[in-house]
Amino acid sequence: MEFIFFHLMPYRPLDMAERAKQRSAWVVLPNRLYDPQRGADEYESYIGQLAYAEELGFDVISVNEHHQTAYGMMPAPNLIAAALIQRTKRVKIAILGRALPLVNNPVWIAEEFSMLDNLSRGRIIAGFVRGIGTEYHATGLNPAFSQERFQEAHDLIVAAWTRPGPFEFEGEHYNFRYVNLWPRPYQSPHPPIWIPSQGSSETIRWASHPARKYPFLITFSAQELVVRYLEMYREEARKHGYEADGNQLGWAVPIYVADSDERARAEAAKAIESLFNDYLNNPWEMLLPPGYMSLSSMQRTMKVRKSLGTQARRQTIDDLTASGTAIIGSPKTVRERIERVREATGFNRLVAMLQFGVLPDELTRRNMEMFAAEVMPHLRRG
Amino acid sequence: MQEASLTTRELTVRLFRAGRGRMLIFLHGAAGLPGRIPFFEQLSTKYEVLAPEHPGFGTSANPAWIRNVADVAMYYLDVLDSLNAQKVHLVGNSLGGWIAAEVAVRNCARLASLSLIAPAGVRVKGVPMGDNFIWSPQESAQNLFYDRSFSERMLEQAPSEKEAEIQLINRFAAARLGWEPRWFNPALERWLHRIEVPTLVLWGDNDKFLPRQYAEVWQKNVPQVTVDVIPQCGHLPHVEKAELTARKILAFVDRH
Repeated sequence: MEFIFFHLMPYRPLDMAERAKQRSAWVVLPNRLYDPQRGADEYESYIGQLAYAEELGFDVISVNEHHQTAYGMMPAPNLIAAALIQRTKRVKIAILGRALPLVNNPVWIAEEFSMLDNLSRGRIIAGFVRGIGTEYHATGLNPAFSQERFQEAHDLIVAAWTRPGPFEFEGEHYNFRYVNLWPRPYQSPHPPIWIPSQGSSETIRWASHPARKYPFLITFSAQELVVRYLEMYREEARKHGYEADGNQLGWAVPIYVADSDERARAEAAKAIESLFNDYLNNPWEMLLPPGYMSLSSMQRTMKVRKSLGTQARRQTIDDLTASGTAIIGSPKTVRERIERVREATGFNRLVAMLQFGVLPDELTRRNMEMFAAEVMPHLRRG
Repeated sequence: MQEASLTTRELTVRLFRAGRGRMLIFLHGAAGLPGRIPFFEQLSTKYEVLAPEHPGFGTSANPAWIRNVADVAMYYLDVLDSLNAQKVHLVGNSLGGWIAAEVAVRNCARLASLSLIAPAGVRVKGVPMGDNFIWSPQESAQNLFYDRSFSERMLEQAPSEKEAEIQLINRFAAARLGWEPRWFNPALERWLHRIEVPTLVLWGDNDKFLPRQYAEVWQKNVPQVTVDVIPQCGHLPHVEKAELTARKILAFVDRH
């Protein structure tokens, strides 16, 4: 199994009483609640954690993109990736991911990834996403065209990386007389492309296509949905006439490990509840703007979604562990939980979020150390 | 009031039709085609009222080539041609008012008059529109009406499964047309002088979605314009002040 240390970089000093007065921690949360002194401390602390993950033996360290939110302080994740290149030597760095439809010139994204790939001598993994629904409120971009722009931006970026330039790109949303990448990517033919997603049949079908075979990472979902979506990927692969490799299947999940179940629960409760209730929870008007998903997906999602956003009441740590949305416990408990999903799906990429919500530095580092010492070695063997 | 369908160049939409007389076409707003509302009944006492459901809305066809309001306006010019309409009174509310204006700046040959009820389509800097896409159902109900009893009735009526599906479809269609730029076409104001027919602009004094100040853009740029502000009324005068709004429109179209 491969281990990816994933970070959202939440703004932990958030005044939760003020947060509670707002409809969301995204887009409309007044930025007077952001204190630059404390924010700078957060960046320093988080970059330290990401660099520490290399020392602890993680295979990949990972950052991501979100806009106008206390949920994550990385509107420009490639800036953090550039800093991490300087702080690390061998670990791979995954940007999970850049939100392609939000930009009007995807060639910039191709250029940035290409620069990072050169700067790191080929340690970059490029995640492609559409951003979550709130991003379409934050940018004003029309969610009706999100899927189309994602596909087209992907095609343009891959062409920019692989086709001899200059060439002309003629699309619906993107049109360029000259596409001619300087620098070209360091890796050949280009950095690996991974697709993190909350799970949608359209995305899974597209990622699993034999022309792409992109690893699909299911993010922050109840365990039954994790298994269902990873199995859906396998099914789609079979329809295309091949068997998906475990490396095409990933699971992104918050994990907290301590020497006993009781201690883990006590130490993680406040932080995991803050992640899902205070940082992530959104009214559905913000989370699912019309067109972000296809109409049929939207109708299905509104019926089945249990883990992500839009819940009527606060989720407790017990809700989150019972549904398998978070894994919290002793090393044995954590190993067993992960093993169970591996047995059901054969997934081979674990995207472990070991800092979440308001979890402080000390507990985060202890969590990372114990995970690296007591969980990773056992699962690597399997 | 009869439900029917209308096919123009192979595109079929749902339509309400009522009354006899000269043709009056009503273009609905972002929430979709209202049902058999008293407003239609009143207009149909003197006119043949046609209220089509825009492509992409409700159960009308949803062709992929409809991508913005300009496409919808061109579609309605096709509709007017295929009906061989002679001097139609065109009426529209909100999104429908925007579409009607886009039709009129392109070609007024088949129009007798234009009645715009709180039309979208232009923007007044410094006077933000309401953000209907972020509003909860409760906020929408409160912000669309002046009279709280309308808001309460809207919230009390739990939609059936079929109605909820239609509402979702309409929300999708509205976002495609109006999300960005939000509810306006930056070029439209420049061309409002091309509206060659007498134009009535009605506005609810207490409109929280498109504030009443927006009427000033139409007042300033449309050549033969009458602006009439309705007191104690929100964004949907044809619902909230149905009798008065219908009376004002009838008085106006009767003269043209």
